Amino acid sequence: MAKYLLKRVLYMFLTLFIIASLTFFLMKIIPGTPFASANKLGPAQMEIMKAKYGLDQPVPVQYAKYIGNLLRGDLGISFQFNNTPVTDLMLKRLGPSMQLGAQAMLLGTIVGIVLGIFAAIRQNTWVDYSSTFIAVLGKSIPNFVFAGLLQYFVGVKLGWFPVLFWRGFEYTIMPTIALSMLPIAIAARFMRTEMIEVLGSDYIMLAKAKGASFFEIAFKHALRNALIPLVTVLGPLAISLMTGSLVVEKIFAIPGLGEQFVKSITVNDYPVIMGTTILFAALFVVIILVVDILYGIIDPRIRLSGGSK
Amino acid sequence: MADFEAKIPNDRFRPAGVDSTKSEEINKPSLTFWQDAWMRVRKNKGAVVSLIVLALLIIMAFTGPLISGKEFDTQNVSHNNLPPKIQGLENISWLPFDGIKTNKAGKEIDTYEINNVNEYYWFGTDALGRDLFTRVWKGTQISLYIAFLAAVIDMIIGVAYGSISGYYGGRLDNVMQRITEILVGIPTMIVVILMILVLQPGIISITVALTITGWVGMARVVRAQTLKLKEQEFVLASKTLGNSDGKIISKHLLPNLAGVIIINTMFTIPNAVFFEAFLSFIGLGLQDPYASLGTLIDEGFKVLRLHPHEMIIPAVIISIIMITFNMLADGLRDALDPKMRD
Repeated sequence: MAKYLLKRVLYMFLTLFIIASLTFFLMKIIPGTPFASANKLGPAQMEIMKAKYGLDQPVPVQYAKYIGNLLRGDLGISFQFNNTPVTDLMLKRLGPSMQLGAQAMLLGTIVGIVLGIFAAIRQNTWVDYSSTFIAVLGKSIPNFVFAGLLQYFVGVKLGWFPVLFWRGFEYTIMPTIALSMLPIAIAARFMRTEMIEVLGSDYIMLAKAKGASFFEIAFKHALRNALIPLVTVLGPLAISLMTGSLVVEKIFAIPGLGEQFVKSITVNDYPVIMGTTILFAALFVVIILVVDILYGIIDPRIRLSGGSK
Repeated sequence: MADFEAKIPNDRFRPAGVDSTKSEEINKPSLTFWQDAWMRVRKNKGAVVSLIVLALLIIMAFTGPLISGKEFDTQNVSHNNLPPKIQGLENISWLPFDGIKTNKAGKEIDTYEINNVNEYYWFGTDALGRDLFTRVWKGTQISLYIAFLAAVIDMIIGVAYGSISGYYGGRLDNVMQRITEILVGIPTMIVVILMILVLQPGIISITVALTITGWVGMARVVRAQTLKLKEQEFVLASKTLGNSDGKIISKHLLPNLAGVIIINTMFTIPNAVFFEAFLSFIGLGLQDPYASLGTLIDEGFKVLRLHPHEMIIPAVIISIIMITFNMLADGLRDALDPKMRD
């Protein structure tokens, strides 16, 4: 276990290092200047600007400095957003993103689990088919299409919820629904298969034989065992939430990380792009690691070391 | 009862003729793997309907721009932002194809009459007066082209990488596995965005960006299957007969991998359609005048409140493509590999 953990953590840092380096060098070869009003600046002013941000030094020196700063948690200074340090900028934006992500995760898994359970205990009936259909829709319809249409029809046409911004709980409802579509689909499909498998096992037959009621069987005996493997889809779930947050935050004008990432791409704000990329990557790698470890703890049958998929 | 038995004449009790030559006879025609799979796909209604709808969409993607009689990039500013209007359907009041638009004040206005337009724009026009019917099908063409190209490249790299890694094993496999392990750790979204920033949006650059990490999934599946297959006797037999490794992989292993390769590719295509549209939506899509479904949705979203048709139509098309591909892929998976059912 310890050896496995060490190996995984090493890999994690290696992956992060590669992503950080890749991001750095890719940013160096991107065409276009990072300064807001570059065309108004003369060559001399340009030199001053470059010196200010350390862009006049040779690339290896910049790289070494960048990695060094990164290790200390310093991600540089934004070119565009009033010279704010990127770390501060991101910390301010972390709140809404985290809240939105957590809400969508909660809603998505709960609705998905419920859909999956009903599909499994009413297998091959209209309940199963409609649950499967919802899952296919959730998996298929691109989240920005869904979010855009939701905003238009529910927000603008029906006027049920506020359409834009982030000023209170009612503002979070539509983005949460939009973001939770993919988690619902993933959880529902997974839950259905797991439940069907568990319901066919011997101990369920025993429970039936001893006369347990249907709901007792489904929720007390089957659900608990079917829930365990759900931990494995937490990784894909988290990734879908990150990808989704980019577009959903853009659509609903939420001051989160995703919205900032999209904005910094359009204005060539290198330090912000790099910082957000690394933060996203770090979150991703950590989540995958935590999920794997959790799974090993919850289900001791899975042997961590030497186990091949 | 006893009477009944007694009434049967004894001569009717004869031993049945056992013809030893016919005991091994096969009564039903034997099915190949593909015939069997096709039979199972046909039973899946969702997959069959998806296949038909998808075929229609692909036909429309190619014929649509031809039958509209308009070019996808011809601008006509006096015809801008017209709602859809279709001959024959314009008089059916509940269909949104009458060319009538509700303005901000909630009043219905016939923009075709006001602007003195006698033509019919089946899907309406965009902000520059370009025919959306032509643009939507042209966009479908490009979106599908990117997706198919990305899927084929993923397939080639993934299959080659996976089969080599799995077949040779040992240190080579070890090194190749470490590389994929690192690549799996990198979120696709981030690599794709970074690559597009560097390469500048275009059909080829979007495809390349999608394939950079896209092949890893295929490589892992193919490797796992190769590991299993290479231990079987037919591989040993082929080796004993003196066949080269390359020939064993291509002639003996790949045909046995066809099922998983097809399933994996079928899931890659909708994924690529999604990522292309996703990139367009965050401003990293194709440049004007070229359009993909993603750029059309992006443009339409900006004017959604005023001219909803400009987003809804491409949104419906992309959703249909994604749904049909996913359902077809599910059906194929169940048909080709019953063990892989989720």
